[in-house]
Amino acid sequence: MNLWKRLICTCRRRSPWLFHMNSGSCNGCDIELVAALSPRYDAEQLGVRLEGSPRHADIVCVTGPVTRNAVSAIKTVYGQVCHPKAVIAIGSCPATTNVFIDSRTLAGPLEKHIPVDVFVPGCPPRPDAIIQGVAKAAEILAERGMKPPDAESAPAVEEAQP
Amino acid sequence: MNLMTALARLLIFPGLLFAVPAAWFFLWVERKAVALMQERIGPPFMQPFFDFVKLLAKNTPPRRGIGGMLMRAWPLIAVSGAAGAVGLLPVLPSSGGFEGDLILLLALLELPSMCIIAAGFSSRSIFGEIGSAREAALSVSYNIVFLLAILSVASSQHTFRLETLASMPDSPLRWLGIVAILVCLPAKLHINPFSLPNAEQEIYAGPMTEYAGPELAMWELAHGLEWVAGAGLVATLVAPHIGKGWLAAALFIALSLVMVLLLSTLAAATARLAIDTTVRFYWQCTLIFAVLAISSALFMRFRS
Ligand code: SF4
Repeated sequence: MNLWKRLICTCRRRSPWLFHMNSGSCNGCDIELVAALSPRYDAEQLGVRLEGSPRHADIVCVTGPVTRNAVSAIKTVYGQVCHPKAVIAIGSCPATTNVFIDSRTLAGPLEKHIPVDVFVPGCPPRPDAIIQGVAKAAEILAERGMKPPDAESAPAVEEAQP
Repeated sequence: MNLMTALARLLIFPGLLFAVPAAWFFLWVERKAVALMQERIGPPFMQPFFDFVKLLAKNTPPRRGIGGMLMRAWPLIAVSGAAGAVGLLPVLPSSGGFEGDLILLLALLELPSMCIIAAGFSSRSIFGEIGSAREAALSVSYNIVFLLAILSVASSQHTFRLETLASMPDSPLRWLGIVAILVCLPAKLHINPFSLPNAEQEIYAGPMTEYAGPELAMWELAHGLEWVAGAGLVATLVAPHIGKGWLAAALFIALSLVMVLLLSTLAAATARLAIDTTVRFYWQCTLIFAVLAISSALFMRFRS
């Protein structure tokens, strides 16, 4: 690995930009994610920034049990994030559909639709746990960036009109 | 100004070699100042550099046709405009310059915001278009005040040459002009309370919504260079040339830093205003001062 590649690797690890995606969560996890960015927990120390557009983001944070309505939105957003990217499932909902299991309005869990890198369990998880998950995802991201984009792991998504 | 000094100013000091690290440093100061005011630790010192390199190494979505080419071109034009504006600042005494370089500086300072307007529309994203429309409305309102303020300073000195302006004797008119420029700078830099065009979360990322990877890195750099140019312009007008060489340079850097701290404090302490309030603020409250400044400048000119 030459110097430039090592530098890029470090930079990816030190600057994870998040995009927050709510797929029908009860809002508990969303509040905790926002708390992780608040002055008390100060995730900006790790270079974390919450971005408004998925085009800018490196890491997609999904909360909620993936309702049927949310499936196409999740796939579009996942397709809009540029390589390299990682996905964090925040809370027990995207991992197992949690208390909403067997609901007929659900199409979860999240792993059925997009590849997930880090699970942060809890209902809701504590902000410290979310920050740890982001740090872990940033490391995965840095390693993934060394390889060319993997066509198989990514679901086929139609590109949104530019 | 011969070719060698022009190149040295554009590429070394206060041009690219100084301006790019300074842009990153100012972006860090802005974020760190906000963090300290919120009793946080905030981002590490190298953060803007990390962000820049990371974005450079990211992929961009495929862009086709003329629209795609334009989308790639706008950030580069914005960066070169802002870098050129920094290069024109009369930091070092007797470093050259030419009659009318003030006009060129104003045009170059305006280039990034023109590019932002065009970029939002050529991205064809609805959020980009809203952001661009806001930027256009904002630009029309603050630019009148900004240009009138600079014109009043220039006409009181009978010159459009930056070097002469920077070394002019102290007068109340200059301070009036500087205050007017200061009022316009937050809008020019898109920081709170005038962060309407790129209103984060409200309209996603405004004109930048569709930009990714290296293009976004260039926008960040252009934004940083705008900070250097804007703060530097005020710094050169505030401090007449004291001493020679490195002393003038050090004073310029220190004053720019003070400006950045001042503006970040303002950004941290205020919330975003709505577009109609902003436009009203510039047209109703500040325009009258700018008109006063230019009329007194003209008056003084006829008297002398
Ligand atoms: S994990 Fe718990 S807190 Fe989070 S969205 Fe699901 S039910 Fe709500």
